[in-house]
Amino acid sequence: MTQTSVAEPVIEMQGISIAFPGVKALDGVDFRMFPGEVHSLMGENGAGKSTLIKALTGVYGIDAGTITLAGDQVSFSGPAQAQAAGISTVYQEVNLLPNLSVAENIMLGREPRRFGSIDWRAMRRRAAALLEGLNLDLDPGSLLGDHSLAVQQLVAIARAIDVQAKVLILDEPTSSLDADEVAELFRVIRSLKEQGVAILFVSHFLDQVYEICDRLTVLRNGSLVGEYLVEELLRIDLVQKMIGKELTTLDDLEQRARSVVVDESDAALFVNAEGLGRRGAINPADLPIAAGEVVGLAGLLGSGRTELARLLGGIDRADQGELAIRGKVTKLRTPRQAISNRIAYSSENRRDEGVVGDLTVRDNIVLALQADRGWFRPIPAKRRDELTQSYIQALNIRPGNPDALVRNLSGGNQQKVLLARWLAIAPRLLILDEPTRGIDIGAKAEIQKLVFNLAENGMSVLFISAELEEVLRLSHRIVVLRDRHVVADLENDGLTVDSLLALIAEGSSDDEVPDASAGMPLAGAAVPAVPAVPAVPAVPAVPGVPGADRPHDSAASDTDPTPTDPTGDPR
Amino acid sequence: MTKLLDAPERPLRSSGPSGPAPRAGLARRIRNLLTSPKYGPVTVTAVLFVVIFIAGGVRYRGFFSGQVLLNLLVDNSYLIVLAVGMTFVILTGGIDLSVGAVVALSGMIAASLLQTGWSPAAVIPLILVLTSILGLLVGLMIHVFKVQPFIATLAAMFLARGLCYVISQSSISITDPTFVQLAVARIPLGGNLSITPSVIIAVVVVAIAVWVLHATRFGRTVYAIGGGEQSGLLMGLPVARTKVLVYVISGFCSGLAGVLFTFYTLSGYPLTAIGTELDAIAAVVIGGTLLTGGYGFVLGSVLGVLVLGIIQTIITFEGTLSSWWTKIFIGALLLVFIILQKVLTSRRR
Amino acid sequence: MSALLARLVASRLFWPIVMLLVLFTINLIAFPGFFAVTLRDGHLFGSLIDILRNGAPTLIIAVGMTLVIATRGIDLSVGAVAAISGAVACSIILGSPEPANPATVAVAVTVALIISLVLGMWNGFLVAVLGIQPIIATLILMTAGRGVAMLITEGQIITVNSPPFKALGSGFWFGIPIAVIIAAVVFGIAALVTRRTALGMFIESVGINPEASRQAGVRARGLLFVVYTFSALCAAIAGLILTANTAAADANNTGLFIELDAILAVVIGGTSLAGGRYSLVGTLVGALVIQTLVTTVYTVGIPPIATMVFKAAVVTIVCLLQSPTTTEALSGFRRRLALRAGKGVAAS
Repeated sequence: MTQTSVAEPVIEMQGISIAFPGVKALDGVDFRMFPGEVHSLMGENGAGKSTLIKALTGVYGIDAGTITLAGDQVSFSGPAQAQAAGISTVYQEVNLLPNLSVAENIMLGREPRRFGSIDWRAMRRRAAALLEGLNLDLDPGSLLGDHSLAVQQLVAIARAIDVQAKVLILDEPTSSLDADEVAELFRVIRSLKEQGVAILFVSHFLDQVYEICDRLTVLRNGSLVGEYLVEELLRIDLVQKMIGKELTTLDDLEQRARSVVVDESDAALFVNAEGLGRRGAINPADLPIAAGEVVGLAGLLGSGRTELARLLGGIDRADQGELAIRGKVTKLRTPRQAISNRIAYSSENRRDEGVVGDLTVRDNIVLALQADRGWFRPIPAKRRDELTQSYIQALNIRPGNPDALVRNLSGGNQQKVLLARWLAIAPRLLILDEPTRGIDIGAKAEIQKLVFNLAENGMSVLFISAELEEVLRLSHRIVVLRDRHVVADLENDGLTVDSLLALIAEGSSDDEVPDASAGMPLAGAAVPAVPAVPAVPAVPAVPGVPGADRPHDSAASDTDPTPTDPTGDPR
Repeated sequence: MTKLLDAPERPLRSSGPSGPAPRAGLARRIRNLLTSPKYGPVTVTAVLFVVIFIAGGVRYRGFFSGQVLLNLLVDNSYLIVLAVGMTFVILTGGIDLSVGAVVALSGMIAASLLQTGWSPAAVIPLILVLTSILGLLVGLMIHVFKVQPFIATLAAMFLARGLCYVISQSSISITDPTFVQLAVARIPLGGNLSITPSVIIAVVVVAIAVWVLHATRFGRTVYAIGGGEQSGLLMGLPVARTKVLVYVISGFCSGLAGVLFTFYTLSGYPLTAIGTELDAIAAVVIGGTLLTGGYGFVLGSVLGVLVLGIIQTIITFEGTLSSWWTKIFIGALLLVFIILQKVLTSRRR
Repeated sequence: MSALLARLVASRLFWPIVMLLVLFTINLIAFPGFFAVTLRDGHLFGSLIDILRNGAPTLIIAVGMTLVIATRGIDLSVGAVAAISGAVACSIILGSPEPANPATVAVAVTVALIISLVLGMWNGFLVAVLGIQPIIATLILMTAGRGVAMLITEGQIITVNSPPFKALGSGFWFGIPIAVIIAAVVFGIAALVTRRTALGMFIESVGINPEASRQAGVRARGLLFVVYTFSALCAAIAGLILTANTAAADANNTGLFIELDAILAVVIGGTSLAGGRYSLVGTLVGALVIQTLVTTVYTVGIPPIATMVFKAAVVTIVCLLQSPTTTEALSGFRRRLALRAGKGVAAS
């Protein structure tokens, strides 16, 4: 953090706003980067991270605001233009060509040419020189697709820096790399940093952000939360800023169903996952769920919460561990098998994996039930109509027209149709993955109430939500995931948003107590619920002295040192 | 930078076959070659060709001769040109079903215009321009209007066949001296071997195509589109222009193939070359170009044509086998190679 | 009133029906007796009857094609399958000692249909099990199928003299052409089976959103087998009618280009090539439009050979109209119009 003290920002974005039909994706966001720093952009789903990156790289036009690159105001009409100006992007996976050689992937678009022909020898030479600069031992003539993803990622970086990049954007570069490969990537990032390149590092992995980044900017719901020096921001504060808090509108719902006695003896377990995992998605995890129990999965995006749920729902196949349903070990190979075992998985991706947009409300509701019965045993029309009507009324689906096409319904109503589909098969375990995301507050309350009632009637529910209040309110038990590991499995008894935040930020799978030396005072976990995040002023710190004027959250740093142990009993 | 060079971390090594390959065993290198989506299918095809040729030589008298080999080129020069155009299209992940009809159409245009006394020097360029324009329209339909390639080219196929009938319902024979001359001319290669002018044209087309695909930015963009159109766009490559141009090339090649076909048949007939698009697609696929695009070579497609040709020759030599077995063999071979591609690509992913 | 009109225009059947009416009008102007249907020898005669009868094979194939397209697929092999079934039936009839015996014809037809089921399952296997793209998978049978048909006919055009067989193509039953009755039955069964069972819903669901359907437990694999098999069956029935009509099996020309007519009928009928919602009634109208187009070309006096050019024009126009680019441009235009109208109101 010595090199940036006198520098001007290489990128300065001010008051950026972008609206899509019906959504304000970015609302007056400020963002800046200095030469030779590694900067992270943090936020949950829908925070506006990728929109901001696309605004910077010219993929989206901006509705308001200015972008300044090295002192000059710019506006890019496309990624090619941004790249020419020195802003290069390495996406998670998409921008390389596995069918071409390493050299071509680095040089394509600016190949050295002689008499109209590509000068292959010169091209290989230049590519080799670039690879050597990154200390990569690669044959430039080899096929890119023959290399591991990690190597491909590094080739993409080699391509990006060949255009004299001033700014290098790495979007989720580590999501499919193992530890050694991440170390290699970080080595390259550090060397680029020494050369004065400003690097924007976007990742879900907090450990990595804390290892490599100097500074970070937090976005939430399309707005700027603030810009912070990494070394001065506690993880718990970071997570809290990312997740934020919504004012509770559901006070009428009795606090939670803690009083319900859940029989947790093995006999009463509806499903019991032992060491269930899938390589590259979720590390082996244990997850017992009793009948009538609501289990909440808490964790950040990419923590493995969805991946674990998909294994239970038969959407993806587990390659490790085993799953017992009602005490019988069962292999779920398809969603169909899960459904015939009365397990329903309601996807977080409502549009692409949930509703069938061009079918009617009625067809969408009966789809899973009908699929279970087979095509030649149609549900009688009368029964179908009754079923549809009853769910339209019970869930208050608007418009209440069974013949309306689902794609014309609002998000909340689409979600209710999806719920109705799963309820129609009378599941014993209902897996709800982010059922309340992107829907209005009224529908949200209705869905929460429904989950509550279902559990009272003996249905097991696995509930996933990025909103911790919701998880806390509904769950009997909460399983916390971080970096694809289950890090805690707790009775929802005395848990608070803050104790959960602490676990999400710095959970630990074997030690009960987070290590104080990791720079995270345990006491932070026991803070009484902080009132909605103080509106962090979106003013950037004084230029030239980054981080000097970091806005502090007074509540989070002056903690009440009540010695409770939120990580509790590892089951 | 100095710190970087003597960095203690282990350098990342390529896991690919071409990295530390030299010391690998021969068996492993052969296996790597066969399982590579780039070289696997074309290697199989080459082996297949040699095997069939040797089998034919053992079985039939007079099969094992240079002229039999050269006749593969003589009889299939038009198909080679067609396959070259089709290779460009399939490399981008598209398909062109109109080529057979366009071959017939250019034959009809040639025959009818020559009949009315046009000079071949005007007729041939006109045909090439017209078929290129048809390709351009198809390309625009695919790129601008996002019509699926097979539907757009199906419409072009309809149009071309329809225009054939509009020109004439029956066969028109060609008596133009230049055409007749080109049809009967043999170019001696010494030692009783000879080829036709069509072969030379086909070879020139192949040479140009090899150069374009290998050594020009346009050619590499063709591969890039097949490897990932979105990636190509993000790399700032001229994807739109290339995608349209590929169909123009296919149109041009179809027109030229039609002209070569008339050298061969000396007539124009509206129902000619039905199903030729399938031969062209089969040749390209058998020649190792992946139907999903991105991998393949023009020379592979030439090899594919030769395999189809030699199967035809075997059937002719066999005598008792009816000629329609050719179609069945082509279908079966196409299937085998598609499955081979499936296996190779799924193993890679 | 305007709301009703708007709903009518928004209906997917609107444009196909308009096209059909326009074609009828052109015919009526060119040939005033166009709509006349007379009873001769107890048989119905007239231009409309001709359209129905000649359009029957296309309609039958288009019905099968509709279901295939609804699953995001395509079946290019229908022409070849039609040729094979015709060849099989004719060679059985030719080889039998009593070609005129209805029992012989029944055996021939049954065998032809069973073979088509095998061919359809083959297509289904390639698409559903091996996961080959439908265009390519059916292309294989399209190429090889003609060869198989040639093999069966031994390269000859097989002419049969069997009145019961010929009746399939050109006979009448209660005054109505048998081909039309067969087409009506196929159409009715398809409509009934897909709409009375859950088959239609599953087909649409898989065509619209395969992943959501998978997660809802719909078995796409079996479904694809069913639609490709049904499509081949339809193709075989159409092939029998075509062959019976001329009483000759021609491996090269039976059903030539009929896949294009069928796809065209489906597309005109408003079923998108991208799969999803389908309309069998739309396909019916589409098939009638194509056949009427052919008739119109005759009555107006254009050389009949030019019909293919017209078909090309129609398929191009329909595709361009369905294109997302056009839809976007149109909706942008409409929005601007509305905006201008709104401003006008505000100003006044």
